Amino acid sequence: MSATTWSWLVLALPLAGSMVIAFGRAAMPGRVPGWIGTASIALAFACSIGALLALLDHPTDERQLTDSLYSYADAGGLEIQLGILVDPLAVYMCLVVTGISTLIHLYSLAYMDSDRGYARFFSYLNFFVFSMLLLVLAGNFVLLIVGWAFVGFASYALISFWYRRETATKAGMKAFVINVVGDIGLVFAAFFVFRELGTFDFLESFDAARDTFTVNEGVVIAICLLICVGAFAKSAQVPFHTWLPDAMEGPTPVSALIHAATMVTAGVYLIARMWPFFELGPTAADIAAFVGLATLLIAATIALAVTDLKRIIAYSTMSQIGYMIMGVAIGAYVGGLFMLLAHAFFKALLFMAAGSVIAAMANNQNIDRMSGFRRAMPFTSALLLIGCLALAAFPGTSGFFSKDEILAFAADRGGMYWIFAIGGYIGAVLTAFYAFRIGFRVVTGPPCEEAKELEQGHIHHAEPTNPATGEPEDAEVGFPGAEHHIAEREWPMKVAMAALGFGALFIGLLQVPGVDHVLSTFLAGTFEESPLFHIEPTVGDSWLGLAVGGSISVIGVLGAYVCYVRRPGVTVRLAERYRRLHAFLFNKWYFDELIDALVYRPTVATGRFANSVFERYVVDGIVAGATGLVKGAGSVVRGAQSGLVRGYALLLVGGFAALGIYFLVVAN
Amino acid sequence: MDVSWYLVLSALLFATGACGVLIRRSPLVILLCLELMLNAGNLALVAFSRSNGNEEGQVFALVVMVVAACEVVVGLGLIVAMFRRRIALDVDEIRELRG
Amino acid sequence: MVEVAFFAGAIGALGGAIAVIALNNPFYSVLALIVHLISLAGLFLLLHAEFIAAAQIVVYAGAVMVLYLFVAAYVGGTEEPIAQAIPGQRFVAPLLAAALFVEVSIAVVGTSLASIQTEGPVIEAGFGSPGSIGRLLLERFLVAFEAASMLLLIAAVGAIVLAGRKGTGTSASGPGVPDVDRGEIV
Repeated sequence: MSATTWSWLVLALPLAGSMVIAFGRAAMPGRVPGWIGTASIALAFACSIGALLALLDHPTDERQLTDSLYSYADAGGLEIQLGILVDPLAVYMCLVVTGISTLIHLYSLAYMDSDRGYARFFSYLNFFVFSMLLLVLAGNFVLLIVGWAFVGFASYALISFWYRRETATKAGMKAFVINVVGDIGLVFAAFFVFRELGTFDFLESFDAARDTFTVNEGVVIAICLLICVGAFAKSAQVPFHTWLPDAMEGPTPVSALIHAATMVTAGVYLIARMWPFFELGPTAADIAAFVGLATLLIAATIALAVTDLKRIIAYSTMSQIGYMIMGVAIGAYVGGLFMLLAHAFFKALLFMAAGSVIAAMANNQNIDRMSGFRRAMPFTSALLLIGCLALAAFPGTSGFFSKDEILAFAADRGGMYWIFAIGGYIGAVLTAFYAFRIGFRVVTGPPCEEAKELEQGHIHHAEPTNPATGEPEDAEVGFPGAEHHIAEREWPMKVAMAALGFGALFIGLLQVPGVDHVLSTFLAGTFEESPLFHIEPTVGDSWLGLAVGGSISVIGVLGAYVCYVRRPGVTVRLAERYRRLHAFLFNKWYFDELIDALVYRPTVATGRFANSVFERYVVDGIVAGATGLVKGAGSVVRGAQSGLVRGYALLLVGGFAALGIYFLVVAN
Repeated sequence: MDVSWYLVLSALLFATGACGVLIRRSPLVILLCLELMLNAGNLALVAFSRSNGNEEGQVFALVVMVVAACEVVVGLGLIVAMFRRRIALDVDEIRELRG
Repeated sequence: MVEVAFFAGAIGALGGAIAVIALNNPFYSVLALIVHLISLAGLFLLLHAEFIAAAQIVVYAGAVMVLYLFVAAYVGGTEEPIAQAIPGQRFVAPLLAAALFVEVSIAVVGTSLASIQTEGPVIEAGFGSPGSIGRLLLERFLVAFEAASMLLLIAAVGAIVLAGRKGTGTSASGPGVPDVDRGEIV
């Protein structure tokens, strides 16, 4: 079968899974919806492999295939197809998405077991995978935007999954609104592309762009910046990032899938896909890279201070995505996409492990209360540490090879790009530090109460409450289930985490400088014509960069070791000494308050003004004024209907006389 | 006499009738003025009949007379009915049909 | 000779007309109208419309005006002032009527119709006689003739209905002769 056929199957299977679960859930007892969901994604993964193999049959420079299912519009210069673009980049993303999704589905099988909304969860999750695949496989701007919007919806549905929790619904709305802002940027970009180039199709517009635009022409920069708005909103970059930490209100598998491995990487994919535009507008690309750098550093500093376990991991996601955005913006396509892959593995793993720990803590997410789980949950602790190692880019792990490839590229490009390299290394120190903040806190030290209970053999039980506000809840539909599932007791969770751990450790070996370059060879099919793609640091430079990165990572880990294992309490004392700084970081750099003051309040005030003043006086005035005018005119005319016969006769004769004059005058 | 004399006289009588309709209050007198106007029309018709050498105008005048008679009958019947019901015979008082 | 007759008739007609609109007592107005009608009949004779003149006197002045006289006597007529409900009507109305007259006169006198400026063609002897009118009525204008007779019938019926007493009329609360109030039979 051809690659495009495989790709249609990849799209169809998750959608079918979602529909089947949605409509047949009444007839599915127990974990059956979970199995159906997992199976459909696993099959989609198999089909992605099929697409990969079919694609590899083509020679390297003919690996961009398009196929269209349906001509949606074909009139007057406007042509929109329901068409996909199957090329190395798309297939790569499909593999990542379906692969990680399969493992996360497997994990959720067990994790979400006692939840009353089990079937709904898997239906939504499958729908999300479908929309992400649609986004990735889309061959034109219209379908891209459709996929983009679907992904936003799926994210909303899953963040607000526990819909009776007010914090969750608010978080869902926040995520959705910010995503829509990004959507607007993307739609405008598509509009500009169509207006300038006359087509929505990717390949056609790329070719036309090279012919039509000069480098750094205003329109190109505008298009690129608008695309960046969409990418930043979806990938939670500053200033569109405030939704991501709040999105942790969703169930942990959702955080793993959407807010670590797939949806937030859509922005990275987008910038990589649109590389012809970005290379025509280097100014915009540089701006994007700076935004990535800024996010990287800001998020890393916040992750040092917050205490909610899932939020630390969320900020680390934001930071790592900052690396990726920076990477694809400066032209390190392979580095950025490689990091996407590695990050998907270890971040999903981290979330899964965190989910297991939180379950053991009876849904309490405060990291200050966790410690010493190594004896109670050996498997979880081990995999948590593996994840932390990969996150910290410890030498040998996948994070090591991928992150440092970006930074080596930046150094190699030279000039201004040294800023990115240096900033990246600084961020790496911070990353390593907070990664092991998590690791050492949870795993080492004296066992906390819950851990002691677990060592005795039963999971701590607490009254269900909202982790953020402490409000009491029940375990019915709309709230989390009553039981908590930890990895040690559920084999699906073990299998999924083990697979991810394996990848987190060893997937880096795909692209070791000087040894093999599986990814760059494969991705050349998409990026062949890019001059930046061909900038490759020498092997020596690469290994130098790796060495620097590795030592930085080790330094960060050691620092965390000192602070959390050797001398616990150091961080508390530091926080007290630098109270203002700590408060600044703890409050997330006050971004929420800033956006509230700059955007939310003026908008609400405008709305209120519109309602009270404009609506009442202008609009109602015009409408009521019109009716008043008509009424007034009517009452004036009504005066002629006096009821007096002689009055009417007077009018009659008068009219007659007037007519007579008229005819006499006209006749002469 | 030229026919135009008769026509001018007819116009004068018509105008007089119209003036009477406008300035009298009793419905009876208004009906009388209506008769004036009708007869002025009759005069014009007969004059034209003479000037055309054709008797059709006179037939027309005859029919007008018939119609006038019918109208008088109905109008007077109305007046009698009004009088019987003690409604004031004053057109300015009867003004319920108004906007 | 003809001019004298014309002016006599004209003055009679005009005088009658003005009397109709000017006299206060409706009864006198009816009498003035009778004078007007008879003068008009004279003018008709001058125009060789003998049958019409006769019909005018016999039917119009004779029958219709007598009807009027009966009703005027029954209803009575009060000495009513020529009042006005619409302010200024007393001045506007004659003005408008005068305007109307002037316009029509201008139209008549200034017209280019040649035949109006003359007496008309020479006519033969039987012009306007009952015979020729009758022939026209029954031959050419038969439909009009029949329609007119039907109209007369309808008018007669309508008059009876309108002016009928309680029982044949439509209103049940006519004043009429008040019922005698008989006392309760104790």
